[in-house]
Amino acid sequence: MQQFFQTLTTGLSDGAIYGSLALALVLIYKATEVINFAQGEMAMFTTYIAWALMDHGAAWSWWAFFETLAIAFVGGIAIQRVLIKPLERASVLTMVMATIALLVILNGLAAWIWSPQLQFFPSPFPTSSWVIGGVHISKQDLGTFGIVAACVLVLWLFFRFTKLGLAMRAGALNPNAARLLGVRTSWLLALGWGFAAALGAVSGMMVAPTVFLTPNMMQAVLIYAFAAAVLGGLESPVGAVAGGIGLGVMLNMLGTYVHPVTSELRLPVALGVLLVVLLVKPAGLFGHVTVRRV
Amino acid sequence: MAPLLELDQVSARYGQVAALHGVSLTVDEGEVVAILGANGAGKTTTLRSVSGTVRKSGDVLVAGKRLSRATPESVARIGVAHVPEGRGIFAELTVWENLRMGAYMVRRPDFKIVLDYFPWLESRRNQQAGTLSGGEQQMLALARAFLARPRLLMLDEPSLGLAPLVTREVFRVVSELNQKEGLAVLVVEQNAAIALGAAQRAYVLETGSVVVAGTADELRANDAVRTAYLGY
Repeated sequence: MQQFFQTLTTGLSDGAIYGSLALALVLIYKATEVINFAQGEMAMFTTYIAWALMDHGAAWSWWAFFETLAIAFVGGIAIQRVLIKPLERASVLTMVMATIALLVILNGLAAWIWSPQLQFFPSPFPTSSWVIGGVHISKQDLGTFGIVAACVLVLWLFFRFTKLGLAMRAGALNPNAARLLGVRTSWLLALGWGFAAALGAVSGMMVAPTVFLTPNMMQAVLIYAFAAAVLGGLESPVGAVAGGIGLGVMLNMLGTYVHPVTSELRLPVALGVLLVVLLVKPAGLFGHVTVRRV
Repeated sequence: MAPLLELDQVSARYGQVAALHGVSLTVDEGEVVAILGANGAGKTTTLRSVSGTVRKSGDVLVAGKRLSRATPESVARIGVAHVPEGRGIFAELTVWENLRMGAYMVRRPDFKIVLDYFPWLESRRNQQAGTLSGGEQQMLALARAFLARPRLLMLDEPSLGLAPLVTREVFRVVSELNQKEGLAVLVVEQNAAIALGAAQRAYVLETGSVVVAGTADELRANDAVRTAYLGY
């Protein structure tokens, strides 16, 4: 029982990280139908910025956390303006190549600026646990889950209740109609990149304390996030978060209870899930085939 | 005084295919003007050349001011509403969210006046817009465009796919908005009879050029127009 709950909380915490990066992918995909392969490296890069702001990882600072979010937000907007917008009319393949180029550039740049060595990254939470009825619940796991949940909630409130959020949804559904209503869709796309970058920064800062900070630290996480996003249906923000949490819990449960699934097999299992979903239910668990009445 | 809308020798093309050859027309304040013509005559392109959704040459002036570097959003922001072909409804959003999008540019939108003209919208506010009937979607598109309190409303083929009775209802509301709110309207229609019933003036387009222009009465009395577009 104790083992079950501990596995569950670790799974929720891992899953929240996958889910937040998956949500960042979905935000951009929904607006532009581009898969941002650089999403993980953008997160890694901003995590290095956080590390630099925290005196090279000396101690966690909430001030640096929020400053990093702001930098990531502005950086995301800048990337859309400089790199993505000029390719607006280009084919999807061109866009994909551009994001892959960005991935490689950011990865190399991070190694060049901060060296490719493993760096310690502080956690905002103590390593101790709460003991509730004999079950140890890691403060770090629960805190990670809480921070990601709070960020997702803020985003949801924004999209659900603000005029700008509504305009972003409308612009994603039918950009031409939105422009005729006076919506500057091009800037809203940039805003979407800003949000995605900030969300990625959160996932990077949450994952770094456990995997250590390196230029490659987000590559596996990005693959989990892909699997989570596809599991949820790529177009569904709820699906992305649910897919991430489901995947995190599943991988940890398999690791604990199915002995052949060691840590080496986690990634193949995640990709196996991705393949099965693509084969059996290409629209994903939360995706839907749009029916339009004319 | 300068007309509310003036097109001066406007031409437009889609790739190699020319769609408009030097179209000139005007719409005055408070006027309903119809553009008639067959499929492919350039009616839709004429509206699109105003709203900046097609590349054009020639001048488009709104209240005497030349539109330079016109993008759809900048044209919307100077008070020209364009209800495009197919209505441009956000099918996945609710009726109310569609209306809120109509009020996107307005600081204090007056939803009440819109509900006076379209009272049925109130009871459907949480329905997904894509599940409305064609006529209801057209009405929603009208209501949404009116919420931005435009100076000029451009309607593209509002009768498309609608039953005759529903079409008449749409035009009744358009006339009402024109008479009570002073809204100027430029409407593109294939159904010439109903469009001439609502309009004070009209232009007939054929293969991208204006071939006949005049008041609604003059056009109804024109033999060529009568046989070609009114069918009697």
